[in-house]
Amino acid sequence: MAVAARKANKSTPIKNPARKAVPNSPQFDKDQDLAAYREMLLIRRFEEKSGQMYGMGLIGGFCHLYIGQEAVVVGMQLTTQPGDEVITGYRDHGHMLACGMEAKGVMAELTGRRGGLSKGKGGSMHMFSKEKNFYGGHGIVGAQVSLGTGIAFANRYRQNGNVCLTYFGDGAANQGQVYESFNMAQLWKLPVVYIIENNRYAMGTSVNRASAQTDFSKRGVSFGIPGEQVDGMDIRAVYAAGQRAVEHARSGKGPYILEMQTYRYRGHSMSDPAKYRTKDEVTRMREEHDPIEQVRRRLLESWKLSEDELKAIDSKVREIVNEAAEFATHDPEPDPSELYTDILLEAH
Amino acid sequence: MPRKTMIEAIRDGMDVMMERDDNVVVFGEDVGFFGGVFRATQGLQAKYGKSRCFDTPISELGIVGTAVGMAAYGLRPCVEIQFADYMYPAYDQIVSEAARLRYRSNGQFTCPLVVRMPTGGGIFGGQTHSQSPEALFTHVAGLKTVMPSNPSDAKGLLIAAIEDPDPVIFLEPKRLYNGPFDGHHDRPVTPWSKHELGEVADGHYAIPLGKAAIRRAGTAVTVLAYGTMVYVAEAAAAETGIDAEIIDLRSLVPLDLETIEASVRKTGRCVIVHEATLTSGFGGELSALVQEACFYHLEAPITRVAGWDTPYPHAQEWDYFPGPARVGEALLRAMEQ
Ligand SMILES: Cc1ncc(C[n+]2csc(CCOP(=O)(O)OP(=O)(O)O)c2C)c(N)n1
Ligand SMILES: [Mg+2]
Repeated sequence: MAVAARKANKSTPIKNPARKAVPNSPQFDKDQDLAAYREMLLIRRFEEKSGQMYGMGLIGGFCHLYIGQEAVVVGMQLTTQPGDEVITGYRDHGHMLACGMEAKGVMAELTGRRGGLSKGKGGSMHMFSKEKNFYGGHGIVGAQVSLGTGIAFANRYRQNGNVCLTYFGDGAANQGQVYESFNMAQLWKLPVVYIIENNRYAMGTSVNRASAQTDFSKRGVSFGIPGEQVDGMDIRAVYAAGQRAVEHARSGKGPYILEMQTYRYRGHSMSDPAKYRTKDEVTRMREEHDPIEQVRRRLLESWKLSEDELKAIDSKVREIVNEAAEFATHDPEPDPSELYTDILLEAH
Repeated sequence: MPRKTMIEAIRDGMDVMMERDDNVVVFGEDVGFFGGVFRATQGLQAKYGKSRCFDTPISELGIVGTAVGMAAYGLRPCVEIQFADYMYPAYDQIVSEAARLRYRSNGQFTCPLVVRMPTGGGIFGGQTHSQSPEALFTHVAGLKTVMPSNPSDAKGLLIAAIEDPDPVIFLEPKRLYNGPFDGHHDRPVTPWSKHELGEVADGHYAIPLGKAAIRRAGTAVTVLAYGTMVYVAEAAAAETGIDAEIIDLRSLVPLDLETIEASVRKTGRCVIVHEATLTSGFGGELSALVQEACFYHLEAPITRVAGWDTPYPHAQEWDYFPGPARVGEALLRAMEQ
């Protein structure tokens, strides 16, 4: 399957923004589409609100929005079972929401309040949830790939049947430790799925200006790790490929690479003038490939939902996000004593 | 004289050297096409071509490692690590290769390399975008470590660094890029265009590495500072009314011990200020050197004001940052004895 998928995608359509959905994308039933819609919309609205709050000066520092990429994490999350771990980089709000972490705690971390998931210590890039098996939120590009490999090692060591979903970007894919990790993961047959979110840019550097091999699904070839290129804007394609990958890893066959072809609509972070791409390119992706719009259309056309029913979902989602924003705006700042806590076990 | 921001001055320094010497190549993440995230290399690719100013993949180890090889051959790479906090993957190449090549090859091969790194906090960058790692470099034999505090010095020191026959770590306090920040984060910052140190001479000039500058002459107490802390110390002196002599070290290795010694012998008191964490910070080294050289002239214990021994916080940035109030307290304490 993997090999076939790779062959089918032999010529990488990196330079062609009009990536076609794989025609035989497996269908979702109504419940799946509804769940996908709701989850993706939550991330979209959360991120839109984050952007607004950043503009109002309520959020400071670095803040990377996930808008456009929602189908990747939501689709992958559908393939997991309880116990599976998730780890990612700094563009992490979507991953946390998809893992079921509370919007309030995420938003309050963005505003640096005591009710934030890291009590204001971490900010946008650094949040965790032991309860939800979310291992962060890491600001150093590529570092999480080794960590995810180690988590997978622990899974195998404990024979717990869990798989670690390890997310990173097209830019991160050029860090040396990624390949050190690939080698170990395959050598030790670790249950890890490497999900490369190829949104075509690493800050202002497009993939073809930084990568000799732009087919990221092939990045594990020399280690014998199977890989696939996936239309990351179509949640059904993400889900189908994700199932193959997770099943491969869980069954003891070792790591699997998924290149998710996706796109970020907003700038790299909030301070990005985005001069490295045309407005036209962004508009075309939004209009022709939006992951949420695709599901919305199916809900209306195939599942015959009414506009009002969809609006009801939207207002529920907005309620959650507004509540989170409200909390994050009024929650007090951390107590001054927090400056010295959680550095080592004992305070010093 | 034209006034420039610190970024413009740094760009000018690279421009001058690229013009004069085709051994000089400039590269790093987003450095070519995009002109650098802080705009330090803007226009250099257009002017000198893609073979001399270019983008790299996100690979700090690769950037520095290849630069060491280029330098060994005889090129003069001036590379950018986008934030000093991303330096750690490259640390192996900096310490084990760049710093050791001359020694290891009995001087047959050298490493005329400059690694530029935006450094320090005050920009709400949190733990992975605010660190001041200078002591990790000053601890390594075979490296020079420089930190300018204004546009004029930045250009002259960068030119000296590029011309230097050995590897130089060039730390740029990013909070100073637009103006002299004194730690009063709730007040607007004066832009460099309104500050005399924003005057940057055209063309080529070098400021020798290892020469400190006295930013404020005084008789009561010597303050040793570098980077952003120079302005914090100035504010503290003004606010406490203490006649401090503020020395901007500019270069940590080599260090201008002569200027330091002369000042401390005169004032009999010494306060050391840095933004980096206290324990094993460069202040410890300075304190030891001052004590060794000036013990019999000291009238008060040497004190250090530094970042707390914590990771750089996100929400509590200004509780961490050694601002003018903390420096002022140290000045008063030094004067009490
Ligand atoms: C070690 C390291 N180097 C550089 C950076 C700066 N940086 C942050 S994000 C980024 C681009 C990463 O791009 P990609 O992996 O494609 O992820 P995306 O932002 O597109 O989600 C860079 C260069 C960093 N945080 N850490
Ligand atoms: Mg990317």
